[in-house]
Amino acid sequence: MGIKTWALKKSPWVFHLNTGSCNNCDIEILDALTPRFDLERFGILLVGSPRHADALLVTGPVTMQAAPRLRHVYEQAAKPCLVIAVGSCACSCGIFDGSYHIVGPVDKIIPVNIYIPGCPPKPEAIISGVMKALNSL
Amino acid sequence: MSVTLPWDIFFIIIFPGFLFTAAVGLFSTWVDRKVSARIQWRVGPPWYQPFVDIIKLLGKENIVPTGTGMTGYLVFPIIGFIAVVLVSTILWVTNWFPEATFVGDIIVVIYLLYLPAIGIIAGGSASGNPMGSIGASREMKLMLAYELVFLVAIFTPVVASGGTLSLGGLVGYQAANGWMLGNASCIVAFIVSLVCIQAKLGLVPFDIAEAETEIIAGPYTEYSGAALAVFKLTKAMLLFVLPILLIAVFMGGAWSPWTILEYLLILVFIILVKNTNPRIRVDQAIRFFWVPCLILSVIGIILAAVGL
Repeated sequence: MGIKTWALKKSPWVFHLNTGSCNNCDIEILDALTPRFDLERFGILLVGSPRHADALLVTGPVTMQAAPRLRHVYEQAAKPCLVIAVGSCACSCGIFDGSYHIVGPVDKIIPVNIYIPGCPPKPEAIISGVMKALNSL
Repeated sequence: MSVTLPWDIFFIIIFPGFLFTAAVGLFSTWVDRKVSARIQWRVGPPWYQPFVDIIKLLGKENIVPTGTGMTGYLVFPIIGFIAVVLVSTILWVTNWFPEATFVGDIIVVIYLLYLPAIGIIAGGSASGNPMGSIGASREMKLMLAYELVFLVAIFTPVVASGGTLSLGGLVGYQAANGWMLGNASCIVAFIVSLVCIQAKLGLVPFDIAEAETEIIAGPYTEYSGAALAVFKLTKAMLLFVLPILLIAVFMGGAWSPWTILEYLLILVFIILVKNTNPRIRVDQAIRFFWVPCLILSVIGIILAAVGL
């Protein structure tokens, strides 16, 4: 493991992107960033710009409006960049599967590194998923 | 100057210059993050976190967006960075070898301290992002607000010591006559300059340019990889250099072991102000600096002129 990978594992900055979710997973992501769970222990920070991001937390099934934007944000992010699909909808479209406005799950648009199922996943599940994604590097 | 060329290179690259300032500056950022975490009842990051952040950013892809001035976009972060390295070298060399000082080095230091802000303004404008432009414009307004006050406050000890226009001279004067903070005028000037370095560092009551809840990351929005690392490193080094300037000018010079204690006091004060204040608007910041702070600093310099 090179020093670049080690540093990436120790300091992943996350960018949060909603591609049509019902806001439930977003609330759980914000929960995971509160002092109770304190993700800064692992060096995880929430950043506002995809240019700074090392991981994209994508929530929600990808709607037709969101699909080009999701691709755009992924292209804007500086590589190496992990993609983490948070919630059942992001993993498999969930209850929105087959709707007229849905393009498909996140992995149909951009490559996904890890899937965190749940409707919504608990903050513990999100933290565990992010740590597994980092350890898989 | 009595020092020779190999020593100059050593001073600039290794000891008081780049490596030492970067290491202590990054460590100070960790103190900042850890104390902030403890204030918010969190555990906080491990001690090596700021170093890891910089290593990671250096290893990442450096994107230059289409439509930006490529040269300027990549050169402006370096201008501010070099300025901070030079300020740190000048400060430590004049504190430890007062014979190496030259008349007017305090003016050189103040001019070099403009450059990080100018680098942020120019880099934000060159990035061609609307958020970057707004951030650059805010940084410019903030700079116009605090620079005059900072200048008047730093020149109060110069007036109080009877016109000693060199850092080595000020340190020598304080060694002979006691701390500048013993004068009423310099207490006023010290309080004003503490507020000004908060704005120069872009920390919370004055983090108007980087306001992440309003304009993403301000001038840094388009920066990624190594260029962003240089900006972060410049900010971290300023967190070390600016308190050392205040210690050199007001608190007896940075040559005794007490410097560490004085530095920690100023650092903790900065962190506490950062954690107990909301962000103010840019018009409020200009009013704050141009009315109460300017009046206070002018009172300070008048007191110094009459010998208090």
